[in-house]
Order: sequence, then structure tokens, then C-alpha cells
Amino acid sequence: MPPQRVNGTRRFMLAGLGLLAAAIAIYAAYRLFTPPAPEIDIAYNTVSRDGLYQVMFETDAQPVPVNETHEWVVTVTTPDGAPVTDASIAVDGGMPAHGHGLPTEPQAAENLGEGRYRVEGMRFNMGGHWEIRIGISADPGLDEAVFNLDL
Amino acid sequence: MKTARRHAAIGALCGLLALSACDSGALSEDERAKIASLSIDALGPVPPSPGNRFADDPRAADFGRRLFFDEGLSGTGTVSCATCHNPDRQFQDGLPRGVGVAETDRRTMPLAGAAWNIWQFWDGRRDSLWAQALTPLEDQREHAGNRTAYARYIAEAYAGTYEEIFGPLPDLSQAPENASPLGTETERADWSAMAPEQREAVNRVFADIGKAIAAFERTLAPPETRFDRFARAMAAGQQPAGNAAFSDLELEGLRLFIGKANCLECHNGPRLTDDHFHNTGVPPAEGLPEDLGRATGIATVQSDPFNCLGRHSDATPEACEALRFMKRDATAMERAYKTPSLRGVAGRPPYMHAGQIASLEAVIDHYSSAPDAVSGQSEIRGVVFTDRGRQALIAFLKTLDPSGP
Ligand code: HEC
Ligand code: HEC
Repeated sequence: MPPQRVNGTRRFMLAGLGLLAAAIAIYAAYRLFTPPAPEIDIAYNTVSRDGLYQVMFETDAQPVPVNETHEWVVTVTTPDGAPVTDASIAVDGGMPAHGHGLPTEPQAAENLGEGRYRVEGMRFNMGGHWEIRIGISADPGLDEAVFNLDL
Repeated sequence: MKTARRHAAIGALCGLLALSACDSGALSEDERAKIASLSIDALGPVPPSPGNRFADDPRAADFGRRLFFDEGLSGTGTVSCATCHNPDRQFQDGLPRGVGVAETDRRTMPLAGAAWNIWQFWDGRRDSLWAQALTPLEDQREHAGNRTAYARYIAEAYAGTYEEIFGPLPDLSQAPENASPLGTETERADWSAMAPEQREAVNRVFADIGKAIAAFERTLAPPETRFDRFARAMAAGQQPAGNAAFSDLELEGLRLFIGKANCLECHNGPRLTDDHFHNTGVPPAEGLPEDLGRATGIATVQSDPFNCLGRHSDATPEACEALRFMKRDATAMERAYKTPSLRGVAGRPPYMHAGQIASLEAVIDHYSSAPDAVSGQSEIRGVVFTDRGRQALIAFLKTLDPSGP
């Protein structure tokens, strides 16, 4: 048998197997994951624990990088959307699964106005699940927003 | 999330059907991304050194290379940086602890890629290469010299070269032969007796020595390895060919490293380090004074007069990112040491900050048994390895050797 035909037959068989695998995979995925398992909420926009603030963060570095010191802009509003312009911001966090904190101490470096605050020194030193806590102190009171990130 | 689920589903399926496409040859999307993140191709250019405006001046690098190998730059005339950082051995010495005029308490670190570090030393007690270089020069067990003698030596042996780069040398004729704030009692007394301007003049020449050596060290990039060629082929969607191809054992080791063995938690990115400090429960070497690692390094780097915020630094305070955002909580850093790069690791036993562990086999044993730390809290949770798994991890680590097979 010329080698080409061997290859041809093989390829055909592999393609068949591939189709079969794909079909089973779709079925297995359907069986395994309906209804979806409860998951960690990954959002860049959240309500603080006691509901005092709506908090959002943005970063130029997308996706949020590992091993790169970068900045965040945190936006704080009241639940009805009015910017909170006089807040003090504190940022902390860590990896709950590993019991360690951030490798840096980030700082709210600048109040950009309109409820926006520039935070410097953000850094994540490994991939995985991180929890970032943003403490906010302003007229409505003291509250904390928590972001879950999967890097 | 969706892709993760699909992978889980396909993984489950592979277990059931043992399809040929699922054997060790097929890497998942996630594995491919992790492999690419470790590749030398992911290493950016050497980061700027704002405290050293001569960092990228080729004349400074050339001067720095001469200083690096010059035994005249020592109290005894017998020690250069290269005494411990031997260029034929990845710029280290293969000893458990570095030996200059006497034996030190730590293992000599390799230098390729050190310019990418945020912190220097096992405990990060310096924040730049130029500030680092000044430390062994005045350590009595290393170069055993003092800054006034070094400044005079530069004026004697390198005046022309120095002045071309850094400008006119100060007049040192009134300076004592030997004086330093860190030296012997007499040297310290003589230092105190010097006029403040004279001390500053000596400090400036001393700092410039560091800046020249740092400019040279910035040229030492980590060399390409077999792993990098493998990763490059993967990234291009090609079958790795020639010596870029991995054996089954090497591939298994790589998968363990980026997967179940959790090594990537700390040894990540193209230098295989997260530039941070961890207590991994490595026991202290016998007979050495207490060593708390990063817990002491934090205060030391803050008080270093040659740090990024010091008067001999060329940086604006805002540019001193490492210091500004430094984690200051010392208790959490007890016996934490900087994650070492694993590039070239197989070729330079012994291991750890004081050469406590003799071989890679014993390193894997350490990660498997995960002993409690003598103080502080070890972050290592033991991983159970099969015999094959141990061999595989070691086989993979060897592919990070510049001289690897
Ligand atoms: C006596 C041996 C010895 C001499 C001489 C010596 N070093 Fe070192 N070097 C070491 C040891 C030991 C360490 C780790 C010390 C520690 O962490 O406390 C080290 C660490 C370093 C580091 C840190 C690397 C990293 O990844 O953190 C650099 C850079 C370095 N040395 C450069 C130099 C330069 C430049 C000179 C010459 C001015 C020099 N060394 C002289 C032994 C030596
Ligand atoms: C929690 C962080 C962390 C994890 C996880 C980790 N390491 Fe390490 N590794 C370190 C630190 C920190 C050191 C240096 C410790 C010391 O000197 O006390 C080190 C040292 C080493 C060394 C010695 C390198 C040298 O130059 O001395 C090797 C080899 C090594 N690790 C391989 C591995 C492997 C393989 C894994 C996975 C099984 C792993 N590491 C997991 C942080 C970690």
C-alpha cells in the first residue's frame, strides 16, 4: 500500500473519532454542567458590603496583569449614582486560598474628581483567585467593597 | 469560565475513552498559555533604572566590566566580584556560602537577569543593582575595603575613564587613606572627622563605582534554553524539532510544574520568579547566626543611604516604585526569601539561601515533605510525587539549563 493511502485512511479514522469525541463532549458538558455550579462573582463593578457605595475599578492593563506593577482608577458613587468626591480610599487584598496578602501596599495617590480615585502600586505575583478589598470612608460612612479576580 | 468548563468536560472524557488526541502530546489551551508565559520571549527589555542615569551608557558598562574583574578593588588586593560571581559558572561559585576574604552567611547568587529584579539579595535589602554593588565592597568578609580607599584607588587607576563618564573627580588629597561609616573603629572615627563636603565627595565616587558596575550587569541577559525553543515552537503552533523537542519525561515534568505541583505559584514569568519573598520552610544552615530573611531586609533597604530615595540616586521620589509600594509588614515576612530564578538551576548546586540543600532530588524531597518553618509560617503544602513524577520535574528543570542537552 502506498504510504499516502495509509495516511488518508488514518486521517479519515481520526476525523471520525474527532467527530464522535466532539459529540460526546457536548453531551458530557451538557450533563456535567446543567445547572451551572455556583461560581465566584467576577465583576469590576460592585456594591459595598453595607450597601453605602457603588464601586467600580478600571485599569489600562487588560487583562489585569501578573507580575507588573500597575494603576487602577476606582470610581465611587452612592447607590443612586451620585459621585462621592471626598472619600478616603484604602486598598488591601490577598489570596484567600494561600493565606497571603498582596506583594505590595497600594496607595490611593490622587483624587481625580467626580468620584474617581487613582490607585498606584497594584501588583499580583501569581495567577489564581485574588480578593481585593477597597475601604471607603466618606460622608455616608465607612464601608468596604470586595472584588474577586481570577488571574 | 466557558473555556474552563469545556476543558473540564474534555478532560473527563479523555479519562473515559483514553483517546489518542488526549495523550501527553496534546496540551490544553491553558497549559499553552502558561508555557508561553515562562518563555524567554515573554521577557521584556531590561527595565529602566531611574536611580542610575548611567545605567544604559555603554562607556559606563565597559568601565563597570573592568571594575567587576578588578582585584584592586578590595582591601586585600585579592578579591573581585568575579571571585564569587565566576562568569564560567553562571556568575556564581557553586559553594554553599560565598567566600571572599572569609566565608559569608549566604549562597552566591547567579547574575544573568539580575537587572530585571525588583529587589537585590536573598532578603531584598537593596533596591537597585548600583546600591547592591556597594555592599560587598565594604563587607569585611567579601572585598574587605572601605569607600575612601576605593575613591582614592579610582583616582589613581582609572581617573581618565572615570572623568570621561562621570565628570571631574573631587580633590581627595585631604581624605584619609582608610575611612568609612561602616569600617573598623579607627575607620569610622576618621570618617566622622572628615568635613561633610569631603564625605559627600567620597560618597559620590563610591556611588559611581556602583553605577558603572550596574551598567555592566545590565548587559547580562538570561541565555536562551531548550525550554525556550520548545515554548517558541508551541506558540507558533509547530511541532518542536531537533533539540527543542521534549521527551515524554520532560513534558510530564513541565506539566507537573505548571499544574499539580504548584511550582508556578512562585516560580512564574519568564525568569521563573515572582520577585517576591516567601517562607518555604527551608531549615537554617548549622552554625550561622539567626537569619530572619525579608523580615530584616525591609528595614535595611529603607535605611540604606544609597537607596532610590537617597541623595546619590538620580531618581525623582515618584519613580521609586519598589520602595513606595513596599510591603512593610515584617512579621509576615519572617524567614521569607526571594524566589530565585530557576533558569540554569540544574547546573548550579547547592541550593537555597545558605546552600542548605545539596541536589535537585533533595529539593523535590523538600517540596514533598514540606517541613514546618523554624520560625514564621511556611507557605508550602506538601505535594505527593511518584518516583516518575520526581524524575520528570528534574528532567524539566534541566531543560532550563543554558548548556542543557
Ligand atoms: C564573597 C563572595 C562575593 C563577592 C566578592 C561578591 N558577591 Fe555578590 N553575592 C554574594 C552572595 C553570598 C550573595 C547573596 C548575599 C545575600 O543575599 O545576603 C550575592 C548577591 C549578589 C547580587 C544579588 C543578585 C540577586 O539576584 O539578588 C548581586 C547583583 C551581586 N551579588 C553582585 C555583586 C557585585 C557587583 C560584586 C562586586 C562589587 C559582588 N557581588 C561581590 C557573594 C559575593
Ligand atoms: C511559595 C512559593 C514557592 C513555591 C510554591 C515553590 N517555590 Fe521553589 N523556591 C521558593 C523560594 C522562596 C526559594 C528559596 C528559598 C530559600 O532559599 O530559603 C525556592 C527555591 C527553589 C529552588 C532552589 C533554587 C536555588 O537557586 O537555590 C528550586 C530548584 C525550586 N525552588 C524549585 C521549585 C519547584 C520544582 C517547585 C514546585 C514543586 C517549587 N519550587 C515551588 C519559592 C517557592
